[in-house]
Amino acid sequence: MGSGHGITSQGDAVRTDPQQPHGSRIDPYVDVYAARARGMIASEIRALFAVAARPEIVSFAGGSPYVSALPLDVIGGMAGQLIADHGSVALQYCPAHGDPGLREKICEVMALEGVNAHPDDVVVTVGSQQALDLITRIFADPGDVLLAEAPSYVGALGAFAAYQAEVLHVPMDDNGLIPEALDSAITELAAAGRRAKFLYTVPNFHNPAGVTLAAERRHRILDICNAAGLLIVEDNPYGLLGFDREPLRPLRADNPDGVVYLGSFSKTFASGVRVGWAVAPPAVRDKLVLAAESAVLCQSSLAQLLVREYLCTQPWREQVKIFRDLYQHRRDTMLGSLEALMPAGCHWTRPGGGFYVWLRLPTGLDAKAMLPRAVSSRVAYVPGTGFYADGQGAQHMRLSYCFPEPDRIREGVRRLARVVEAEIELRETFGSGGTHGNLGVETPGPEVA
Amino acid sequence: MTNLGHILVLAGGLSPEREVSLRSGHRLCDALRENGVDALTVDADSALIPAIIADPPDAVFPAIHGASGEDGAVREVLDLLDVPFVGATAGSCRFAFDKPTAKTVARAAGLTTPEAVTLPKETFHDLGATAVLDRIVARLGLPLFVKPSRGGSALGAGPVRSAEELPAAMVGCFAYGDTALIERLITGTEVAVGVIDLGDGPQALPAVEIVPDEGAYDYTARYTAGRTEFYTPARISAAAAKSAADSAVTAHTVLGLRDLSRTDLIVDNAGTAFFLEVNVAPGMTETSTLPMALEAAGLSFGKVCHDLLVLAVERGN
Repeated sequence: MGSGHGITSQGDAVRTDPQQPHGSRIDPYVDVYAARARGMIASEIRALFAVAARPEIVSFAGGSPYVSALPLDVIGGMAGQLIADHGSVALQYCPAHGDPGLREKICEVMALEGVNAHPDDVVVTVGSQQALDLITRIFADPGDVLLAEAPSYVGALGAFAAYQAEVLHVPMDDNGLIPEALDSAITELAAAGRRAKFLYTVPNFHNPAGVTLAAERRHRILDICNAAGLLIVEDNPYGLLGFDREPLRPLRADNPDGVVYLGSFSKTFASGVRVGWAVAPPAVRDKLVLAAESAVLCQSSLAQLLVREYLCTQPWREQVKIFRDLYQHRRDTMLGSLEALMPAGCHWTRPGGGFYVWLRLPTGLDAKAMLPRAVSSRVAYVPGTGFYADGQGAQHMRLSYCFPEPDRIREGVRRLARVVEAEIELRETFGSGGTHGNLGVETPGPEVA
Repeated sequence: MTNLGHILVLAGGLSPEREVSLRSGHRLCDALRENGVDALTVDADSALIPAIIADPPDAVFPAIHGASGEDGAVREVLDLLDVPFVGATAGSCRFAFDKPTAKTVARAAGLTTPEAVTLPKETFHDLGATAVLDRIVARLGLPLFVKPSRGGSALGAGPVRSAEELPAAMVGCFAYGDTALIERLITGTEVAVGVIDLGDGPQALPAVEIVPDEGAYDYTARYTAGRTEFYTPARISAAAAKSAADSAVTAHTVLGLRDLSRTDLIVDNAGTAFFLEVNVAPGMTETSTLPMALEAAGLSFGKVCHDLLVLAVERGN
């Protein structure tokens, strides 16, 4: 496969009057696509992630839960029995709202964190990713402003981009979203005659930053948004995966009318079942149900009943504890390895739960530009730019410790340290005058969820 | 029509061109099956050798791009396993895959190729990047084209129009390899010329002209359908087309290649065909130029691949 020069002149002398003036673009619909499809292109980053998915690579890129820790034989038996006993329901359409029995169980799950919701307020979705899509669909017109933390979850940014919304990032620190910065962002928008449609936030064990919104900030954030009439979209897939303390009270618990809460079984049970949910004020909920109907008619009955059965018949709270212990060990392994091996100038967060460490490289280094060298050295991560809608994040990377086993984590950090050291030397040689070319857009794939 | 038995299409690998290779391999496998061949796509991983030993294929069609696929490594292993395969030998691949070496061989055979400098990253580190880059610009002028000496799909490659852009281009290049090829950029019509040898000598296929929408034939332009317009045959004069075809056949021959190859060239405003590089495992995706050229020549992609496999099996007997 070649690397050509790829530079074509216009109107050069040797061109003849062509017998075939029309070339082929391969895709006959190239001039027909909507503007929002413009970013749907092949990219080097996606090509590199395709390599990172191979077992030879230690991948800190994916946010895949370690589903091998589930009692797979038990779940297999349960799934077979489910179809044998309830196949006529499990293999049939269901209400777009979601299975009523599952919605009741979801309320029990949320109660563990202090959210008191009625099953009627719950809308089951295809992972919380579909909830993000539906929320954006019903609130955002092209050009509307949405507020999100800096950095923010790549999948949310992908959903916002699909509806051509504009994202304004609000800074965080080690205690999560900074209330004063949120206040300023709202004020500045108002001064410009604009109003954000909602604030998107991941308060617990943030993806990608690994930080948690401090308890004392939560009321302040609610007050600011309440005063501005700003809806909050609270995304909480990791809330039950805290290592060091009991879950903090979700925003939704203290303002049910001002918060749409998103939950998911992807991290506490299995990402492959694709079952998440939204809890919304009644008027919003009704629109979400209608939007879900137009998107997919209804969610998978089979997946919903499988989750319901799991919650009804299996010791799922104990399973969550197994996951917590497992991820805590992996977090400790990663933090210990980073401390021992990474060169000076690297800094990283110390998550109290969840899946992610957010690492800042020494000044002048670019995580995206370094990724090819990392993949060649058989280690992978997600470059920080993927978590911003405005080009920030070049100096950062997200490291996931959830999937690789501890020995692999140690080996992966060893490889990563060598890559960073080589990159430091390269930048010292050539200076840090930016990055040449473009590795392409970072629309999220499942490997970086 | 077929007298072939069990065939493996090798696709994947661990280079950044893995995804492209998988697309090439699946398309190739489908085309072979449509021609009655019992073909299976397999990856080049730790399962490969046990699988070949347990059930030796009649032949292998390598469709792995980039390192290990095109540098001869996998083909060397196939030789160790006494499995015949389509395409160049491991030894020839080593020459062809290393772009500076291929340019040297091509130039010695009389082909025109852009003036270039090849340097490892250590040289810049040890002697000082600024001093070395200054000399490169003084010698080659601007604009330049920087690319890794080994690799493909335009990964790490790009044009440089001012001296200020050069350091960043070097960093981008060294992300994909440890040695850089810095060429004088030739402006003109970019063409790809496939070469097929079905037993009666290497024949050039019609040149495919490549016109990317946004100027650069980069990774996105290569693999996003609709981002590049292809003209087959290329809209160049008959003399330029013959020159490009002759260059491709010459490159194929002097590099000792076998069965199939694709040569990338730029035809400048004076009609001179500049050899850029040659590929021993040309892309076979839906946006790749070799299948387009075969179609333009009135040849069936699947039938040609079948016939190349027959030749490989015969070589093995």
